[in-house]
Parts: sequence; structure tokens; C-alpha cells
Amino acid sequence: MSAVSEPPVTVPAPPAVRTGPQTFLARARRSPTLVVGLAMTLLLLLSAVFAPWLAPFDPSAQNLTGGLLPPSAEHLLGTDQLGRDVLSRILFAGRTDLRIAFLAAIVPFVVGVLLGLVSGYFGGTLDYLIGRLVDTVIAFPFYVIVISIVFAVGTGEGGIYVAFALVGWVGYTRVVRATTKALRGSGWVAAARGGGLSHGRVILRHLLPNILPQAVVLLMTEIILIMVAVVTLGYLGLGVQAPTPDWGTMIHDGQAFITTKWWLSALPGLAVIYTGISLSLVGDGLGDAWRVR
Amino acid sequence: MVLGVVLAVFFLLRLVPGDPARMILGERATPASVAALRSQLGLDQPLLAQLGDFAVSVFTRGDTGTSLVYNVSTRELILQRAPVTLQLVALAVLFSVVIAVPLAVVAARQKDKLVDHLVRIIPTVGLGMPTFWVGLLLIILFAVTLKWFPVGGIGTTPWDPLRSLVLPALSVSLALTPPLVRSLRSELLEVFSADFVTTLRAARIPERRVLFEHILRNAALPTLTLLGVNVSYLIGGTLVVEQVFGINGLGSLLFSAISNRDFPVVQGVALFCALSVVVISLLLDAAVYRLDPRMRRS
Repeated sequence: MSAVSEPPVTVPAPPAVRTGPQTFLARARRSPTLVVGLAMTLLLLLSAVFAPWLAPFDPSAQNLTGGLLPPSAEHLLGTDQLGRDVLSRILFAGRTDLRIAFLAAIVPFVVGVLLGLVSGYFGGTLDYLIGRLVDTVIAFPFYVIVISIVFAVGTGEGGIYVAFALVGWVGYTRVVRATTKALRGSGWVAAARGGGLSHGRVILRHLLPNILPQAVVLLMTEIILIMVAVVTLGYLGLGVQAPTPDWGTMIHDGQAFITTKWWLSALPGLAVIYTGISLSLVGDGLGDAWRVR
Repeated sequence: MVLGVVLAVFFLLRLVPGDPARMILGERATPASVAALRSQLGLDQPLLAQLGDFAVSVFTRGDTGTSLVYNVSTRELILQRAPVTLQLVALAVLFSVVIAVPLAVVAARQKDKLVDHLVRIIPTVGLGMPTFWVGLLLIILFAVTLKWFPVGGIGTTPWDPLRSLVLPALSVSLALTPPLVRSLRSELLEVFSADFVTTLRAARIPERRVLFEHILRNAALPTLTLLGVNVSYLIGGTLVVEQVFGINGLGSLLFSAISNRDFPVVQGVALFCALSVVVISLLLDAAVYRLDPRMRRS
């Protein structure tokens, strides 16, 4: 080995130290919140979709001599006052309640985001009017207005969709409007307009992608709120009507036996809470991955 | 805003598909009785005249009409039932502050420790927790198993009403606690790292005094503001919880009116609740303004 060697080749060091995952997907994969939330949600959706195969009994099959049985090997969660299998009913109720919650969330999401974009982008009289409309809807306690609308339109699934279409958009409009207002002043919006793009194109192609993460995170919260509201309406007898199984009506029916058979009311509520936690974790995880506050 | 609320309540009746009078009386009502009810509700007038009458009635008499079932003004019915509901709301606010403030303080002081992680789970769980179901769990635990509180109703002796409001108020407050804890914790974290706190600590002011006399005072205002934001949610939850515990407040008035299709009463309760939200929010804003010297100066 010679002491004299060639001058060491200097390899340029990588310019920046990577401090963390850079892309949404990379961040999402490393977020335990999101992974756990998605796993829990997947389990929930699978159990709802495959309820007919998973449920040990027909959820409506009555057995009047075998009513109010405590949990046993045959009926894992016992039976209700009409001898129907509680586990089967909880699984089938999940199908109903989740379907309604997801479907009822669509119209408010689309309407709310569009109104927020338009209101924040154009400002002026339109913005003023939309703002007053938002204030009015917000003044009504959520349950009071939803219950009143369901009463006026008619109880059951249809009434629920109308009620949420009328009041559910407010949350998105508020948030999206504020963000759009803040973004409207940025240079790239002026540049896009200056480049000859129409208002519609600026809103849909340039502003929408910027506010969408925020709206989707809010969507998760809204689905939970709608699900809880559907269950509450069912409890009050204004929501899903018998004989379709629903967590709310199950809790209501169990209340009559609360002193002796407490699990009849408690177990469907746990299903509601599980759903809430799953979707809430997905929302928080998405928020972290998209860096939405 | 008040005008918007009145308009919204007015148009509630128009949401009914078809004829509201027929919806109220049912399919088998005679045409004559439907016509009579139409004129009683003013439905035979032009829309603008109806709206005018409704607005005059609301603004001069505080009334949305006469109850179709009790045949008295809706104002009378509502004023009769409102006190219990408002007591319940007040008690619920008290409980949620008593529960949320210590939790938030402990979590903020031990940031990223075990306690903090536990407290931060609360909002995640709380979001999907139906208030009425929490009420049922409280009944199972405190009324059925421990027998500390009545299962429902208001009771007869002077002490009973308060005692029977404890569990319902607790259910409502447990729904309000999660958002309160979340915001208060982040609020406190900000105050903990503020310069004036570092200065106080450097001046060897005892930690206890720093916390109680300086930090909590600064965190109290955002808490008030937050309560204002949640008033609407609070009142709605209270109405539902009343049903669980069989309390004769506005909630039971609303639900009995719904099962009797007593439209003026439903409108009246909705209007009263919305106006309460507006008034309480204004009062809280005024309180924040008075309590915060910075706001007064600017």
C-alpha cells in the first residue's frame, strides 16, 4: 500500500437530511392512528356487508318462549323480549345504520363544500346571504332542528335524508369558506386568473384540491354525528321503523328491562361507540397525514 | 339572525309534503274538518299574509299560535316547561366545567406522559357516544345497582328535584366534556409556555399560585367562548336526555307535541330553543368582553 494515494473523490453529500416521510402515502403508512382506524373500519364494514352470513340467526325470527335469555353458548349475547337473537340484530342493525349514515353524509358534503367555495371566492352579497343562512341554521340546536324536520317531512329513512341535506352542509361551508377566503388573496390564484382561466376552472381545478383534505377530515366527524343522530332518532321512535333492526330502537326496547337485563340496552350502544372510535381515528389519521389542523 | 330563525320556523310547516292540515288530522278526516283546521292555522290565506300574521304573533305576543291539543297559547306551555330544562342545562354546564378543567390541567402539565395520552383519548371516544345511551348507563350504575339516585321522574319532597336532576345533567355534561377538554388542553399548553409564566417562575412565585392565579385565569376566557359555541349542542342533548329520565321539560313537550301532531307547539319549542341559543351566546360574549381587560381596551 502506498502512502501516496489519489486525492479522495469527494462525493457531494445529499443536500438535505430527510427528517420525515415526505408524501401523503408515506406519512399515512407510518401513522398508527390511521392504520388502526382503517383496520377497525374495515372490520366494521365487513361485518355489516357479511351480516347475512355472519349472523347465527335470522334477526327477525321470534321465539316467544325463549325471550329475554341471558348470554349463552347458543345465543352469544342473549335474546330480546321477543326471543330474537341480540347478536344477529346488532350485526344487521349495523348494516342499516351505517348505510344511512354514509348515504346521508353525501349531499351535505357536496353542497357544503360548493357553497363554501363560491361564498369564499366571490364574497360580496352572495357571501353575505350564505353567511346569514349559516348563522340561522347554527342557531337551532342540532337535535331540535333535525327532529322537527323529520317530524314535518315524515319519520323513517326518507325524513332522515331530507333533514341532513337541509342542515348538514353548514359545517363544511363555514370551514371551506374561511380557507377559500384566505387562499383567494394568494398570488397563484391571481396568476391563474391572469392566465385567462375562468372562475369555475380556478375554483374547481385549483382551489378545490387545496380545501378537499380539510373537508374530508370533517366528513369523518360528520358521518359519526349523523350515525349518532340516526341512532338517537331510532331511540325516540322517529328514525328507522320496526321491524328493521336499528341500534337506537334496540336500546329503546331494552330500556324496559333495564333493572334486570341491562345488557339489552348496553350492547347496541357499544356498537355505536366502536363505530365512532373507528371513524374518529381515520379522521385524525388523515388529518395528520395531510397536515390539516 | 332572529329574523332568520323566525323565517325558518315558519317554513317548517311548509316542509310537509302535501297538505299540513291533512297530515295533522290523518287520512280519514272529513273534508269539513280539514277545511276548519286550514282556516284555524291560517293556511287558507296567501303565503305572505300567513308569514305576516306569524311574525306579528311571534314579535308581539311571543307566540307561535294556539296548541291544537291543549287549546292554550304555545307561549304558556313553553314557559311552564322551560324552567326545568334550563336548570338542567345550567347544572350540566357546571358539571362539565368541574370535570373538564382538572382533566385538562393534569394533561397539559404532564404533556406526552401517560395521563396526557389517556385524556387525549376522551375526545376520540366521546364523539361517537350517544348522550341518551350514557344516561342509560348512568341509570344502570347509579340508580339500579347503587341506588343513589332515582331512576326517573322529579320526585315530591323539596330536595328531590335537585337529586333527580343529577344523573340527567351528568349525562349531558359527559357529552360536552370531550370537546371542552380538547380545546382547554391546547389552550393551557399555550399559556404554560407563555413568557409571563416563565417570568413568574423565574421570580420564584410558588407553582400553585402561578397555576391558580395566572394560568387558569388566562384559560378561563377561551373556556367561556367554547361554552358559547356548544350551547346549541347542549340544549339539544338536554331535550333528548329528558326523555330518558322522564323529566317534564321542553323535551317531553316537544316529543308529545310530535306524537300528537301539534304543529304550533313544535314550532314554538324550536323557536324558543333557537332564541335561547342566540341569547345565551350573546350573554357569554358580553361576559368575556367584561372579564377580559384586553378586549375592553381595544
